[in-house]
Amino acid sequence: MLIIHCPYCGDRPELEFSHGGQAQVVRPADPSKATDAEWTQFLYLRKNTRGLFAERWRHLRGCGRFFNAIRDTTTDQFVVTYRAGEQPPAIGSGGAL
Amino acid sequence: MQKFSAWSLLKEAFGGHQGWKSQWRRAEPKAEYDAIIVGGGGHGLGAAYYLAAEHGLTNIAVVEKGWIGGGNTGRNTTIIRSNYLFNESAHLYDHSLKMWKDLSQVLNYNVMFSPRGVMMLAHTVHDTQVIKRHVHANRGNGVDNEWLSPEEAKAFCPILNIEKNIRYPVLGAALQRRGGVARHDTVAWGYARAANALGVDIIENCEVTGIKRNAQGAIEGIDTSRGFIRTKKLGVSAAGNTSVVMGYAGIQLPLESYPLQALVSEPVKPLMPCVVMSNTIHAYMSQSDKGELVIGAGTDAYNSYTQRGALHISSHTLEAICELFPMVRRLKMLRNWGGIVDTTPDRSPIIAKTPVKGLYVNCGWGTGGFKATPGSAHVFAHTIAHDEPHPINAPFTLERFEEGNLIDEAAAAAVAH
Repeated sequence: MLIIHCPYCGDRPELEFSHGGQAQVVRPADPSKATDAEWTQFLYLRKNTRGLFAERWRHLRGCGRFFNAIRDTTTDQFVVTYRAGEQPPAIGSGGAL
Repeated sequence: MQKFSAWSLLKEAFGGHQGWKSQWRRAEPKAEYDAIIVGGGGHGLGAAYYLAAEHGLTNIAVVEKGWIGGGNTGRNTTIIRSNYLFNESAHLYDHSLKMWKDLSQVLNYNVMFSPRGVMMLAHTVHDTQVIKRHVHANRGNGVDNEWLSPEEAKAFCPILNIEKNIRYPVLGAALQRRGGVARHDTVAWGYARAANALGVDIIENCEVTGIKRNAQGAIEGIDTSRGFIRTKKLGVSAAGNTSVVMGYAGIQLPLESYPLQALVSEPVKPLMPCVVMSNTIHAYMSQSDKGELVIGAGTDAYNSYTQRGALHISSHTLEAICELFPMVRRLKMLRNWGGIVDTTPDRSPIIAKTPVKGLYVNCGWGTGGFKATPGSAHVFAHTIAHDEPHPINAPFTLERFEEGNLIDEAAAAAVAH
C-alpha cells in the first residue's frame, strides 16, 4: 500500500484516497463549439505515461480535497504532491526537484 | 520442426530423450521484413503464425523486449469463455472459443484446453437480473449459457458455500459449459514453434525504441535495442506498453495501463472441477493441473507499469475466496504477481488500422485478453494482410470513440473490472 502525502493533512495510507486520473485535463471552453475530435481528446484520450506522470488524487476519506501529484509510474514513487491551483514544481532529469 | 506424436514420443523415449531439438530457432534481426509484429505474447505470436499460415507472409518477424510469453500471457488466470453481452463482443469472443477447441491439433502442441465450465455467481437481485439478461443475450447469439439455482451451482462445484448466512449469499449462477481454461505458457510456445516452422523470425530481448515514418507519413521501420529494422507493415500488440510504442508513431490511444494481480496457492489434490467467478465480491478461482488454486484479483486504483499490485487488493480477494470456499481457508499462497493491462474507456479491445499507413494495433484487452488469443490473433493477421479488418473485428475500430459507437462492455461485461 502506498503512503501518500496529502498537502493538507500529511502522510496517510492509500486506502484513504481515490485516484482522479491525469491532471490538467481541460474541458473545452465553449462546449457547443468544440469539434468531435476535441471532445474525444477531452473524454477519452489520456497520456498513460511510463515515467513521471502528473495526476490528481482526492483525499476522499480524510479532508475530502483534491490535490495534484507527480508520480513515477515505473516505481509508484511520488516525486511531489501539491495543492490544486498551485504551479507544479520543475522536475529535472531522473525525477529530482 | 519435429512433429509431436505417440510415435515420436516412443522413439525419443528409447533414445533417452536426448534427440529433442529446440522448439524454435533464435533469430538475429534481418535488415528488412515484409511485416513486423511488436510484442511476443500470445496475441502477437498468434498473429505472426496466421500471417504465415493463412496469408502467405513468411518474411516476417516478432520482436519482443523480454522473452516470449513473459508478459500477460504468462501472468493471467487462463480463463476462457465467450459469454459477453453485446453482439460484437459475442461474435469476437466466440470466434476465439471455437478456435481453442482444435488449437492443439492445429499447432501440433498441447495447449491443454480444458472446457470444464465457467460459472458466474449472482449475489444480489441486481446481479441476478444482469446475469439472466446475459444468459438470454448469449443464447440469442448462439453462445451457450444457462441459469442455475444455488443447489444446481453447488452440484456443479461441490466446494461452493451456498449458506444463506454469509455477507453475499449465492442466489444463483450462470454456467457456460464450453468455457474453461488452457495452459497459458504453451499458447505462446505453441504459436512461436508453429510460426517459426513457417519461417517467422522470433527476436527476443529486442525492445522497440522508435518508429520511423517516411515523408508521406507511412511506416518505414523501427529502431530497436538491436538496431534499425526496415518494414512497411507494423502490427503493435504490446498490451500494457501499447501507449508507449504507439507514442513513437505520434498516436495517442484511449488507453490506461493498470496492474492486475493473480495468485496461486500451494498445490493440493483435485477439489475444484470448474472455474467460478464472482464480480460482486471480486474473486475468481480455478484449479490448475498441477493442483494449485489459481486466483484472480482486481486492478489497482491508479495507472502504473510496475508489474506488481498492492497487497490490500489481493487480501480483499482472498477474503471473498475464503467466504465462498471455506475449505480453502488454511491453504498457503505460493506466489502472487501482477501484469500490466491496457484498458479502454468502453472495456472492449481495439483491433484496427490506424491513421498511419502501414501501422496496425491490437490493444485494449484490459483484464480479459487471454481467452481471446486465437481469435484476436486470427483477425489481426487478416487486418494486416489485407489492410482491411475482418468482418468480426470491423466494429473494434479506433474511431469508435470519436463516432460514439462504443461497445460498452464497461457497464455490462461479465467480468470483474
